[in-house]
Amino acid sequence: MKKDISTLYSKKVMEHFSHPHNMGTIKDPSGIGRVGNAVCGDLMELQIKIAKKEGKEYIKEAKFQTFGCGAAIATSSMLTDMIVGKSLEEAEKVSNRTIVDSLDGLPPAKRHCSVLAEQALDAAIADYRKNN
Amino acid sequence: MKVYPHTNRKLLSNMKKNNISKTNSLPKQSDVNIGVGVYLDYSATSPIKKEIRAAILPYLDEKFGNPSSIHSWGQIARQAVDSAREEVAEFLNCTPAEIIFTSGGTEADNLAIRGLALSFKASRPHIVTTQIEHHAVLNTCEHLEKEGLAEVTYLKPNQDGLVSAEQVKKALKKNTVLVSVMYVNNEIGTLQPIREIGKMIEKENRKRDGKQIYFHTDAVQAAEYQPMNVDFLHADLLTISGHKIGAPKGIGALFIRQNIPLEKMIFGGEQEINRRAGTENVIGIVALGKAVEVLRNEKYEIRAEKTSRLRDYFINEILKEIPDVKLNGSKELRSPNNINFYFKYVEGESILLSLDLVGIAASSGSACTSQSLQPSHVLMALYDDAERAHGSVRFSIGEKTTKEEIDYTLVNLKKIIKRLREISPLA
Repeated sequence: MKKDISTLYSKKVMEHFSHPHNMGTIKDPSGIGRVGNAVCGDLMELQIKIAKKEGKEYIKEAKFQTFGCGAAIATSSMLTDMIVGKSLEEAEKVSNRTIVDSLDGLPPAKRHCSVLAEQALDAAIADYRKNN
Repeated sequence: MKVYPHTNRKLLSNMKKNNISKTNSLPKQSDVNIGVGVYLDYSATSPIKKEIRAAILPYLDEKFGNPSSIHSWGQIARQAVDSAREEVAEFLNCTPAEIIFTSGGTEADNLAIRGLALSFKASRPHIVTTQIEHHAVLNTCEHLEKEGLAEVTYLKPNQDGLVSAEQVKKALKKNTVLVSVMYVNNEIGTLQPIREIGKMIEKENRKRDGKQIYFHTDAVQAAEYQPMNVDFLHADLLTISGHKIGAPKGIGALFIRQNIPLEKMIFGGEQEINRRAGTENVIGIVALGKAVEVLRNEKYEIRAEKTSRLRDYFINEILKEIPDVKLNGSKELRSPNNINFYFKYVEGESILLSLDLVGIAASSGSACTSQSLQPSHVLMALYDDAERAHGSVRFSIGEKTTKEEIDYTLVNLKKIIKRLREISPLA
């Protein structure tokens, strides 16, 4: 695996950290998941917009804002890439493991960032379901 | 040097003017200071000075002898160790027999605290230290407590990162045998009133009947810019480290005043006047001797003045150019080389990564950069605010740091903080 920055992170992590995808907020989101806290050093907010295609709910748009380390920012960015366009059922299958794999791995000490991303997704979907 | 994608052209041209090579080949002696971009992490470790490199080369070649050997090879090495010891003694204004060479600052701190405490273990000694010591001191104290070999008071510094002689005095007990207060804090650069504490302890000792309190200071971060005369400081034990002052890693020294009891920690031969076993690290010792000789060639006040000017420029520009920042630690009672800021709403590791991408080296109090995932104990002791600890970055400058490098850093830092705040949900 090709590594960047003193072999700390994979090239993919650095790409997502340097140029994060889907950063920001959605006007009138369908669900919001805010997990972690600044005291622990990681805070992630995921916003999703749900629409219907052939009667099926799917994630039309996803945006994030993250306070945290490089891994936290990269996993947030990767998460949004992975869920946009997916039906809710498919999106729910996205796990911390699949996020880590898509990023070509994370250092052991940073795995909790991917768990946080999964929690943000679960929270956002739960928030949507609560209101619908 | 490694060329980073975003490396500023002006800096590059300045580096070129100063004969800094742009290829990937090993840095030349003339450009060790910025071998891989802008190095602002001198408190972590410093580049090896060219005089020191030259001084140790013969000991990597023909002068390889063991100082304990009787033949000429051995005697050449012995002589080198002896003269380095004299240099260090001169630097600290003590006698050569009061110097113990160690594997570094950590071992010297361990030896000072544990070695002294164990020699009083029958009376369950009390130690006074601070919450913001280096882990080499803190963890040694905590371990002694855990073993039931000592009781320890950890003084809380004020919000400027300082403890006072009065505070230390109030913590003294009948069974206090050791006070250990660091000279310059490695994270926030605050300068403790070592001389006042030393004088206070001396005064207290005169009131005691025989039972002395000894005073140790970890001076690892102080050697370059502060007075190091142990009599002036009224210190009984003092730690220094080589790699913070241009020598390689793996060498340090403990000054311990004559006739202070000290239990050995490393057993074996009778090196270091039977206080620290093991064949001498001749290369390291020669390097440390040279390092303090180089420092003695110039008055510390001159270095301190020059570096303070750069530091103040750096601090004031950050305060002026970047909103929502706070300086960590006292602005006045501060090491000339330390700049430590809290950047609200962003996390330290992501700042460090971004800085590294443009070739700037710094370090952070964030948990995310430590193996333990614990935020800086120093910042927590001062502010009791984890968010502040996570969002803080230390820049430490050195003799070769230039104003151009600081300007380059400021331009990039401003952009980086702005970008990370755009990503942050807190801003």
